[in-house]
Amino acid sequence: MSYEELLTQTALANEQVIVMTAENRALVRNLPGILGKRFIDTGITEQTMIGAAAGLALRGRTPVVHALAAFLTMRAFEFVRTDVGIANLPVKLSSFIPGFLSDGNGPTHQAIEDISIMRGIPNVTVFAPADEDDLVKMLPQIWESKNPAYTRINTRKTAYVHEPFTIGKAEVIAEGSDVTILTYGLLFEQALIAVEILKSEGLSVGLINMRSLKPVDEQAILKASAQSKLVVTLEDHFLTGGLYTIVAEVLLKHRTTANVLPMALNEKWFRPTLLPSVLEHEGFTGKQIAEKILGYQTTHNQPQILTPEFSE
Amino acid sequence: MITVENNNYQELTGTALKVREHIIRMSTDGGCFTGASLSAVDLIVYLYSRFLNIKKDNLDDPNRDYLFLSKGHDVPALYGTFAELGLLEKERLKNHLLLNDHIYWHPNTKIPGIEFHSGSLGHLPSVAIGVAMDLKISGGTNKVVCILGDGELNEGTCWEAMLVANAYKLDNLLFVVDRNHFQANMRTEDLIPLEPLADKFEAFGAAVKRINGHSFAELDEAFGAFPFHDGKLNVIIADTLRGKGLPSIQERADRWFCNFNADEIQQLLLELHGEHQTTLTSETLVVR
Repeated sequence: MSYEELLTQTALANEQVIVMTAENRALVRNLPGILGKRFIDTGITEQTMIGAAAGLALRGRTPVVHALAAFLTMRAFEFVRTDVGIANLPVKLSSFIPGFLSDGNGPTHQAIEDISIMRGIPNVTVFAPADEDDLVKMLPQIWESKNPAYTRINTRKTAYVHEPFTIGKAEVIAEGSDVTILTYGLLFEQALIAVEILKSEGLSVGLINMRSLKPVDEQAILKASAQSKLVVTLEDHFLTGGLYTIVAEVLLKHRTTANVLPMALNEKWFRPTLLPSVLEHEGFTGKQIAEKILGYQTTHNQPQILTPEFSE
Repeated sequence: MITVENNNYQELTGTALKVREHIIRMSTDGGCFTGASLSAVDLIVYLYSRFLNIKKDNLDDPNRDYLFLSKGHDVPALYGTFAELGLLEKERLKNHLLLNDHIYWHPNTKIPGIEFHSGSLGHLPSVAIGVAMDLKISGGTNKVVCILGDGELNEGTCWEAMLVANAYKLDNLLFVVDRNHFQANMRTEDLIPLEPLADKFEAFGAAVKRINGHSFAELDEAFGAFPFHDGKLNVIIADTLRGKGLPSIQERADRWFCNFNADEIQQLLLELHGEHQTTLTSETLVVR
């Protein structure tokens, strides 16, 4: 099932669902015809869209709103914080092309601080699915909850079949005593490749799909830290405020520590190019991730990475 | 001094006078936006007394009308009006800025009757649009009013909201501008000129009326004509005076926010009734 199919099914089953967009129609092309007045395109007005979503939620609606991640989180930040966050309204933010998914757009479109700023708003929950299968397994609960929610939309297809989703729970893919990779979003696909390489190099490797970043699965983080010699936080996000920070907060809260290797964008925007080249250039292919953890080059192959089609 | 226009408006005039007394009494021990909110008193008293279907017993009724106070610092006028119309116990106004209550410088929803918090300017036009959109979808006939400050119109989101209201033909929505000709520290026309303001709104597709916001007869005529035009956003520009009712602070740039001493409060209460000219001794205060 695709994102659009799930949203269509959800909106048809629940009259209270309103689909909104700030002229970002990539994910909702067929919905105007299907939903009629329950489809609202406010034009390129992220702030007004969020304020209007708050107003609709005041009337008992559940607005699912769409915009490019950078503009939804930053152009409209104060509207999200003030109108949705303070009032704790069930507005569901679907952020398009977050993280590395903005590939060739350039730094204006790079939302690589979105997790940091959205999780900083009281009441706002934050989610980052690993792929399309994960996305459609997560969204029904996210949309049903009474909280405002920010979701990094990731419609990439992988061969992996995910476990059912529970808000606040991570998906433990594998446990290992040498290293555990904690990740979210599209890098999950590369982490799977890295895990295979690490295993064939003789390491005991764990992998966790974090999925729910706020609330976060503290027990999963603590368990991985206790049983692995090394914990890797892997994310297409600035080093500040994302998963590395979340792990640091959890460990400190529980008065423990761990050997943590962060893999994130450290005080820099990424080089704009097509997604496979972004990953290669920034050092985030599965092979590069594995070799950074190992500390040496290997002869393993990096499987081909599919280039997403342009869509905005 | 408020002029009694005719017998029809005696009750409103009396209520407005009492609301102004409340505002004066709140202008001490930390103070409040005295000058700013005095301009909106007649407008807010009129709206709750004559125009809006909002009463103590229908605050949760989905068929009630909606008032959004986007110019959040007009809230002393709202507190005073609520107190006079029975939505808020008068005693609670004494809790202004105290920890035992939720009566502070900007609106919040812990006060029954306040639909949404505000204070950050340029927000509630879009929230009001969301409510108006829902009513269009669900077929509700409720009226949705949003009060804006003129200084607030500096915020781009007010104009963005008008583009969207025009696109969605929200003729159930009414923006009212408390046009007191001042923004925080100075006259609007000396900082970011707004005139010709009605032309600007009309260019954005709205149906506009411009009236004296201190005349109940003009308020009655303008609001009585709502909705003004099929398919158009309604806008009323209510020309008002900052500090209306108190000659000693009226139309003064430095009397946006006031924190008077007890003696000044007593003098201002007399001044409000035309019986005195206050000598202000406390420092003028310009916040921001």
